[in-house]
Amino acid sequence: MACYEDSLVPDLFVLYSQLLLSSSCMLTFFCFLQLLNCVLRELLEVKDVNKNVLPVHLNGLLQTDDRIALKEITRQLNLENVVGDKVFGSFAENLAFLLEALKKGDRSSSRPVLFILDEFDLFAHHKNQTLLYNLLDVSQSAQAPVAVIGLTCRLDVLELLEKRVKSRFSHRQIHLLSSLSFIQYLDNVRSQLSLPQDFPDTKFYDEWNDSIKTLCEDQLVVDVLQSHYNSSKDFRSLQLLLMLALSRVSASKPAIKPTDLLEASRVCMVDSKANILHGLSILELCLIIAMKHLNDIYEGEPFNFQMVHNEFKKFLQRKSHSIHNFDKPVVIKAFEHLQQLELIKSMDSSTAKIQKEYQLMKLLLDHSQIMEALQKYPQCPTDVKQWAMSAFG
Amino acid sequence: MAAQLQHLGYEDEKLQRVMERLPCRDVQASMLLALMGEQCSYPSIFIYGHRATGKSHVIHTLLKELELPYATVSCVECVSVGLLFEQVLLSLFGSDSASLLSRSPSLSDFVRVYKQLCVQASAKQTRYIVLDRAELLRDMEANLLPAFLRLQELVEDNVTVILLSEIVWDKFRPNTGCFEPLLLHFPDYSKGELQQILSEDSHPSYSPELYSAFINILLGVFYSVCRDLRELRHLAALHFSKFVEPLEQGKESDTHKLWRNIEPHLKKAMQTVYLREVSSVQWEQQLQMEEKEAGVVRGLSAHAHVELPYYSKFLLIAAYLASYNPARTDKRFFLKHHGKIKKTNFLKKHEKTSNHLLGPKPFPLDRLLAIFYSVVDSRVAPTASVFCQISSLVTLQLLNQVGHDDQLDAPKYKCAVSLDFILTISRCVYPMLYCPLVTDWNHCQTPASAAL
Repeated sequence: MACYEDSLVPDLFVLYSQLLLSSSCMLTFFCFLQLLNCVLRELLEVKDVNKNVLPVHLNGLLQTDDRIALKEITRQLNLENVVGDKVFGSFAENLAFLLEALKKGDRSSSRPVLFILDEFDLFAHHKNQTLLYNLLDVSQSAQAPVAVIGLTCRLDVLELLEKRVKSRFSHRQIHLLSSLSFIQYLDNVRSQLSLPQDFPDTKFYDEWNDSIKTLCEDQLVVDVLQSHYNSSKDFRSLQLLLMLALSRVSASKPAIKPTDLLEASRVCMVDSKANILHGLSILELCLIIAMKHLNDIYEGEPFNFQMVHNEFKKFLQRKSHSIHNFDKPVVIKAFEHLQQLELIKSMDSSTAKIQKEYQLMKLLLDHSQIMEALQKYPQCPTDVKQWAMSAFG
Repeated sequence: MAAQLQHLGYEDEKLQRVMERLPCRDVQASMLLALMGEQCSYPSIFIYGHRATGKSHVIHTLLKELELPYATVSCVECVSVGLLFEQVLLSLFGSDSASLLSRSPSLSDFVRVYKQLCVQASAKQTRYIVLDRAELLRDMEANLLPAFLRLQELVEDNVTVILLSEIVWDKFRPNTGCFEPLLLHFPDYSKGELQQILSEDSHPSYSPELYSAFINILLGVFYSVCRDLRELRHLAALHFSKFVEPLEQGKESDTHKLWRNIEPHLKKAMQTVYLREVSSVQWEQQLQMEEKEAGVVRGLSAHAHVELPYYSKFLLIAAYLASYNPARTDKRFFLKHHGKIKKTNFLKKHEKTSNHLLGPKPFPLDRLLAIFYSVVDSRVAPTASVFCQISSLVTLQLLNQVGHDDQLDAPKYKCAVSLDFILTISRCVYPMLYCPLVTDWNHCQTPASAAL
């Protein structure tokens, strides 16, 4: 996190100095909001700015509508049409009031307002992008000092803006992309797992930090972290992995072992569908193998229940000794269970006029997933396994 | 077992009690206990696994026994998001809190009210919000799921959201990404574990060994079809009385003979009770009457005991023939003197796909009537009452009307019943019917005209 702060804080200082000029900027990053908050907090404390600047925090996930967003702005700025918690007036009235309030001030006497829009791309989906247009318009017009900071994960966020909104944007973008090398990644792991300096028990503090140091030098651990680094460099997935590894620490075992990390990595990388396939009954598994054969023969064309049942019956007649010949309704019930688990999906959206045995379905599992699941399936009958591996059912 | 759970802060007796109530789920329970931290906890956890693998049971037992502050909501009950928010606030902050929400609150209102309430009642421990059947959240408003995943950040409070679902996380992820929760899998119970859990419900007047033997037999019959603990429990409760009937009557006491007594009974149960065609009450009544009369168990589904008028039966048979036989074969099956049909190239190419696999084809009304007149065994005048019966069949959903309602002069229909149903009907009508059903060109059966 420290490396981000170093790059971010100077930019924000620059921003502040131009705050008096009113401006807008976009921050694209793949990091927590907390980072921005702590940087802002630093900024606001250090620069003695908190006496002056009015921050307004908006979030695209919460304020899904311009009306809600406007009410939130009015509430946070404590304008006169707010009593306690309720905001009075209709959307148009509130908007007019807000714009008037913002435009009336001038650079010398009024307090600058800092709008921070989290999940900025969601604001671009509002109707007509009214809020964005008005905010950026006010920020561009040189009256009350207003700055707008947008935070988003999408790199193409500017494409989402309408032409008139884009023209009012100052096109200042700060990209916070993770460009860590593997060595820095390892250092990060070490620092995350180490206890902070102010930990009360100094003996435990020393023991723990030493164990972490040896852990990070272990080859097994380095391999696990390398494979994680290769799939994604971001901190969130790293935190997940470390969280799972830490959860194995207990009072009787006060240290992380390399096997813990290996186990945690295995849990992170597991295929969830394979886990679900493990719990299916034998009849359901046979249906899936029948569907796989149909997919092989007809090259992925959609099938219906009758075809699957036919294929299953062929298997029962020819090769099976262990599977009982179930009645059709029992097989339909197994088929419907697979549908509920979303392992198969109906192709057409309107299911009104077609009987359920004839509705066309698609299998949402891969060939390799099925074969792998069969290997791990407990007590799988041999004839079922052989049927699955045979080429033409 | 309990040694793994030496968590400082939870007393040993409580943990012992918890473990007793969660058989075969020690690993998952200990993992959850390790993750549910007091001062700081991961923002969201996603627990997935098959039905009846104990997901809600484990979570609720842990939260209740360890007396942690929590709110549990089942997403099935939440028709609107307002209900969800109300229930959460009610459970976490008491009964007055829900009144702070407006009539139809948005997520923004919920977060604001939550923040206010937090200020008044700050969290000494982590609060938990458990959302059961979380797959329904995907169908609610689009911002709900991403917001709940990062609720900790939005409300700036120590709260963890736990999502429980049957469906894997890959199907939940929104297009533009979201905060990834910690994924935990609850594996299915193995056969041994199922045996262990089911044996705990033993009947007080019989020995546990007898009950275990019964469960063993039950699993032997049903395990390949159903591994759902709830269903198996229901089946065990239903069939145990039949199992011990010979014991009570003093006839048999050997387990092997008891098994032989009940096995056909269980196989029959697979066809009706397992499919819920018969309600449990009906089934129990049937058991009591079984010695006196041997009747077929009537199912609940409409098809099992629908009584149709005489001509409707013929109309339905004619509709089935029209749907599943291609039109060019009509001449061969329904005329007295038919010529030979040459197998053209077209037919040779499409030999594999049979109509029985693809589904019924639509047919015009004229064709239906033509087949009807040749199938019915007496002279029928084309009166309105015959045509009425066609409309009644459509209302009963035994026939489907294809195409627009406006088409009055040439309506098209499709047959919506299966072969088994047609055979049941035709048994009443023709005692020995050879149906001219084209299953495959290679397996043609004798046409009805020969029987007539």
